Amino acid sequence: MRQWWWKILCGVLVLFTVVAGFMMPVPRLDILNETIRNLYFHVPMWFTMIVLFTAAFVYSIKYLRSGKLEDDIYASTLTSTGILFSILGMLTGMEWGKYTWGAAWSNDPKQLCTAILMLIYFAYGILRSGMRDEEKRAKISAVYNVFAFAMIVPLLFVLPRMVDSLHPGNGGNPAFAKYDLDSDMRMVFWPANAGWIMLGSWIASLNIRLALLKHKSENDL
Amino acid sequence: MLRSILATILVLLLTVATSQAQTEMADTMRSNGKIYVVVVVLATIFAGIFTYLVVLDRKIGRMEKENRN
Repeated sequence: MRQWWWKILCGVLVLFTVVAGFMMPVPRLDILNETIRNLYFHVPMWFTMIVLFTAAFVYSIKYLRSGKLEDDIYASTLTSTGILFSILGMLTGMEWGKYTWGAAWSNDPKQLCTAILMLIYFAYGILRSGMRDEEKRAKISAVYNVFAFAMIVPLLFVLPRMVDSLHPGNGGNPAFAKYDLDSDMRMVFWPANAGWIMLGSWIASLNIRLALLKHKSENDL
Repeated sequence: MLRSILATILVLLLTVATSQAQTEMADTMRSNGKIYVVVVVLATIFAGIFTYLVVLDRKIGRMEKENRN
């Protein structure tokens, strides 16, 4: 993670997203109009969040197996960075929804499920801050995180698809794949996701390194 | 008969013409080049964030080095 090549790649990809995201042609759709370009910025927030939460889940399992506090630091820092991206995704979604669905909050199933998921992860932070003992905090929050992660699948991938939703790809709505099929958009959309996932991982890695340093200096004293 | 055929053709032509009337997009902004202003502004913001992260990364790298010694 300390190498530079992927950080430079990340910079190139996100810069490409910004430039190509505005310059490349997009399908001309009513209501969406030019806002379809938000797809390059709003969706990568969620992709990044899911990747970070998945990594946090892996480290929580690792902690439960090894009992090393470093693994707990990885898990908690990855989770808090994931929460940052979930907030960005939620805010961008609300801004987008305001002008295309008519309201920032329209009780859309996906919006509601995501809000529940965010509350579950906020509770993780509150749970941790409520415990002083490092071992106990690490163990309880690791177990909690396993359950929190397990909630992602029903909340984000199953429930919103079973009911009618304003989001594309759910209920009777035209699928996400409809824009996906547009080869011009696909050429920006996937690099955008890759770039933002790397940016999120980079931010998380910096946070982790700082937290590890802090942990080490506290133990040395 | 001829009249109704002509009317049908006219209606068909009109439908084709209106369906090709484009969805409203920011074409003016694109044609007068103002879109580049938006791209430049966003690219600048991202360049700033990127540089900030690089500086932070190197700073943490130095701290790790000191910590190891």
